[in-house]
Amino acid sequence: MLHSSRVEPSVSPLRALLNNIPNLLLAVTPLAIIQPILGHIASHVALDHPELFARLGSHARKRFMVDPIDLPFVLILSPDNNRPTLRAYRRYEKPAHDAGIAGKFFNLLDMIDGSQDGDALFFSRDLRVTGDTEAVVALRNALDDFEGSALESVIGSFGPLAKPAALAVSGMRALQSRQNHA
Amino acid sequence: MPDPDFLRPELVCPAGTPAALRTAVDAGADAVYCGFQNATNARNFPGLNFTPAELEQAIGYAHAREAKVLLAVNTFPPAGRFDLWRDAIDVAARLGVDAVIVGDIGVADYAARTYPDLRLHLSVQAGASSPEAIRFYCQAFAVKRVVLPRILTVTEIAELHREIPCEIEAFIFGNIGMMAEGRCSLTNYATGLSTNMDGVCSPAADVRYEEDEDSTLTTKLGPFMIDRFACGENAGYPTICKGRYLCSSKPGGYYAFEEPVSLNLSALLPDLMRAGVTALKIEGRQRSRAYVKAVVSAFRKAVDDIMASHEPALANLLALTEGHKETQGAYRSKTWR
Repeated sequence: MLHSSRVEPSVSPLRALLNNIPNLLLAVTPLAIIQPILGHIASHVALDHPELFARLGSHARKRFMVDPIDLPFVLILSPDNNRPTLRAYRRYEKPAHDAGIAGKFFNLLDMIDGSQDGDALFFSRDLRVTGDTEAVVALRNALDDFEGSALESVIGSFGPLAKPAALAVSGMRALQSRQNHA
Repeated sequence: MPDPDFLRPELVCPAGTPAALRTAVDAGADAVYCGFQNATNARNFPGLNFTPAELEQAIGYAHAREAKVLLAVNTFPPAGRFDLWRDAIDVAARLGVDAVIVGDIGVADYAARTYPDLRLHLSVQAGASSPEAIRFYCQAFAVKRVVLPRILTVTEIAELHREIPCEIEAFIFGNIGMMAEGRCSLTNYATGLSTNMDGVCSPAADVRYEEDEDSTLTTKLGPFMIDRFACGENAGYPTICKGRYLCSSKPGGYYAFEEPVSLNLSALLPDLMRAGVTALKIEGRQRSRAYVKAVVSAFRKAVDDIMASHEPALANLLALTEGHKETQGAYRSKTWR
């Protein structure tokens, strides 16, 4: 469990409950519903950015645990270029992995998207790295070579569902921002 | 109205990936420096750097926007492995890079003899800080620019400028070590890999991070514990020179070499330009596109403001600095550290 290094502002119990509704919904949502979406993201990124695997080298065969500490699940990324996978697990399942990256969801997302610097997040203790550090560094550098916004590319890949997906992300971001400034 | 006191300096920016290079060019870099994916450069990190094909495309992108591409071939070939460095120089010349940044005299000699039209810059790795040493490189290898070690005050740089026949490039932002570039063997001692010959300072394969239940972060390099950061305390890179050690003369842990801190000379830019610095260098090929965009944009604006005789608007870059601390290092005063 990662403990926050920041002093959290006090929030009324009702506001805290309302802010936490998406998280509560995700907590009761069966992961089986999320898995196809995650699988699609992994396939899209692999297809759209084959150069990623060259940068990862032998680390493409590693298992990375991405832990968004403010969401009720962790993700296991296996970027193997033959069959890349991204799957969600409940924390109690303690899925096996070679390397781990933990941080708030939108910090992780913005880092992958090229709008947050991973080293700066590490310096401020907003990013935690565990396990195989070399694999994490290779993954970070490979993801940072994306052209443009990885998030926009992934959202666009959902075709007719792209607009609702974009709205969902911006809604979650607005909620997160409100929580940070509450 | 441009300030007649200043020559427009070149803003030299880092790129660890092709995307970072394009980001740097788009953010206003005059020149971007990068390296190949091997031991020929001092940022030989996993997943970082360029293939020859990527470099060729990057040169096309930069040149189309009137930016230069400099290639760092700035490590020191061990006996029997010179081929790798020779190949790097050959590829650089073939692809038409604007300059090669060299540190080793054998590499400099090969480049100067084989490609007399290939512009050479002397890397900070060469550790040349005296007029005599710099003049030697200029005379022997026709070096056109020296990247100065971060050990000189601005006054000393101005004096040096009058005594050497080449341009001066000075670091203005980024990582700052113990200023023994090209001579530091701490990583080699701890891991068996050499910063100077393998291009890896604190190789990631030997770095371990451990966080306990109290959120105390322990960083280790090989068998050595380098530092422990209490809950909420800002962290630094896992390098031995930034480690905290128990010393008999100091109570508690002590940064015996250097603290986790970054160089930021934004307030000294006019002084550096007056001192004859031709190129202002931003460190950080290992950093992200986000870092490149923020830092290059900030310094582009600051330099343009100075050139237009405006008070430079200095962006707050503290969030991007190591340990969230900044210093002007030795540039301001030798009393630093």
